[in-house]
Amino acid sequence: MAASCVRTVGSFIGKCGHCSLGINTITSQVSRQVLNRQICVSSALHGKNIASMGPEKFTAEFIQKQVEEYNIGKRHLANMMGEDPENFTQEDIDRSIAYLFPSSLFVKEARPVMKHPDIIFPKQKAAQWGEDGRPFHFLFYTGKQAYYSLMHDLYGKILKLEKYQDRLKVKGLFSSEGKKASLGLSRWLTKEELEQLLVQPTSQQDYNHFIQLIERLLSMPYSGTEEEFILRYRYQLEAESRKQTVQPLQKDEKGVAFSSAEGRRKTSNSSVILRDCGSGRVTVNGQDYLHYFPFLQHREQLMFPLQFVDMLGRFDLQCTVSGGGPSSQAGALRLAISRALLSFLSEGDMENMRQAGLLTPDPRVRERKKPGQEGARRKFTWKRR
Amino acid sequence: MAVRTLAKGLWGLRQSRAVTIGYSCNGHHYSTAESIKVSQPEPNDVNEKVLSLPLEKPDFFRVSELFSLKDLFDARVHLGHKKGCRHRLMEPYLYGCRLEQDIIDLDQTVEHLQQALNFTAHVAYRGGVILFVSRRRQFSHLIENTAKDCGEYAHTRYWQGGLLTNAHIQYGVGVRLPDLIIFLSTLNNVFQQHVAIRDAAKMNIPTVGVVDSNCNPSLVTYPVPGNDDTPVAMELYCRLFKMTINRAKDRRRQMELLHGLSAPPSPPS
Repeated sequence: MAASCVRTVGSFIGKCGHCSLGINTITSQVSRQVLNRQICVSSALHGKNIASMGPEKFTAEFIQKQVEEYNIGKRHLANMMGEDPENFTQEDIDRSIAYLFPSSLFVKEARPVMKHPDIIFPKQKAAQWGEDGRPFHFLFYTGKQAYYSLMHDLYGKILKLEKYQDRLKVKGLFSSEGKKASLGLSRWLTKEELEQLLVQPTSQQDYNHFIQLIERLLSMPYSGTEEEFILRYRYQLEAESRKQTVQPLQKDEKGVAFSSAEGRRKTSNSSVILRDCGSGRVTVNGQDYLHYFPFLQHREQLMFPLQFVDMLGRFDLQCTVSGGGPSSQAGALRLAISRALLSFLSEGDMENMRQAGLLTPDPRVRERKKPGQEGARRKFTWKRR
Repeated sequence: MAVRTLAKGLWGLRQSRAVTIGYSCNGHHYSTAESIKVSQPEPNDVNEKVLSLPLEKPDFFRVSELFSLKDLFDARVHLGHKKGCRHRLMEPYLYGCRLEQDIIDLDQTVEHLQQALNFTAHVAYRGGVILFVSRRRQFSHLIENTAKDCGEYAHTRYWQGGLLTNAHIQYGVGVRLPDLIIFLSTLNNVFQQHVAIRDAAKMNIPTVGVVDSNCNPSLVTYPVPGNDDTPVAMELYCRLFKMTINRAKDRRRQMELLHGLSAPPSPPS
């Protein structure tokens, strides 16, 4: 486990700093296998059944000790690298560990790592009851206190909203188009994310009930007052269009605005220059596109981005393409045209194009043939005898 | 001391039973009617004195002042279900039947409710864990809020099988089980007796329950015959229980301050 890794690295560095290599801690190698084997041996000696003990439980004192060791180790590491211990950030730590313990393991999680214990040790439930035995949470005896307290709060909010609506109705100010919560681009948390949030396993039924209840809260008028609460249970989808790099608009000597872009599909590479002339001529590799693409379908692929934004006759296209066959060349050109068009468009149009799939490069390539089969998927004819 | 509104002969007998069960609910749930352990209060042990003082008077917490018969009538506690739904064991608690609807005898209800509230107060005074249970969805939020206000616990959701009987595995080792379970409705959503009544009887946990005319009062330690369907009646019960528990806890704090105890209240073993 990564936990064992950290313990090793942290204690190793700490002990190095104190110049006293501990006898009972593993200080030689930072390999998971060694540490794992050591633990297994000791438990077997005690005769414990590891499988029945469940997931590891970390006490609060243990985590605290790990945090102290981490902080001390961080300072020693900074001294070792000759840097300032006060401003030693996590990136510096990662860099130093990669330098001191170079590892060519393919699995990144298996390499030596030194991070804050809160990241490494999973969040665990704190003690549920005090020293007199009385549990802290008022819904402890249900067994699923986090989930049921969430449902209780949700229902409380629904009741509050209904009372607010009644008060407005009495005053005569009620309108069914009251301020509703605006969500933006987001979706409800999945069951796994909810489980992580509550630190408690949730069943599918419970999750469905929760979604039902929060949808009900959302659908009520005046749910805008509870917007902040609702947004906590929605996962914001990053607007993908923001990741798109827009080509800058350039001007050539005559003052005509043009932009250029590249596109790829299968094995074809294309590059397109889009000129804002106003004629609608298309030149591919020096030839007219009518000659280069005899098939209607390929010419339609070329024209589709312009048709989508209703700018068919506005631009002049000068394209170069190489590699692949006619269909893949047409696809590559289409992607290049869409990308070049971006510099002439607004944000909303760009989002529409992204949703239409014009800006997504097609990842499909030819699958290799495998030995023992006739093609990539086709097997040899099966003969019974 | 407050004058009791009802002077019935049974009150004294019931009160001694309350003494027994109230006294031995501190972690040992082995209470029977015969084992009346009245500890001799040692003058040098202040804690024992604080615990034994409420047991000297019959209505130490003055629960009989919290409600009257008229309050119960106004909250429609006397209305039961129809004659066809009647449970055989509820017949002694019924006053009669009017137009096929059963009417619960409020004189008996007042008696039973006073005993139940008195017992709850004693349990709360000794820092016992009280669990409110009900499976009625329309009052679930109200009951959870009541429990939150008292500082006690509530369970108005689906009852998983081993919550009481399999506690060490469900919750963890060293969990403390409730010392009193209050049922604000003894039936579950399919009109069968709630599993917790049987489980509490198995684990020797005393129960207080509002039994309607279609419920089985046999396993409940302190049954309170009354209506469990009307919102007014449920609000009344919640209010009464909340007031008794808060009163008992305040009284305990007062007694400790009076006798100069610095340690936080903990039930002596």
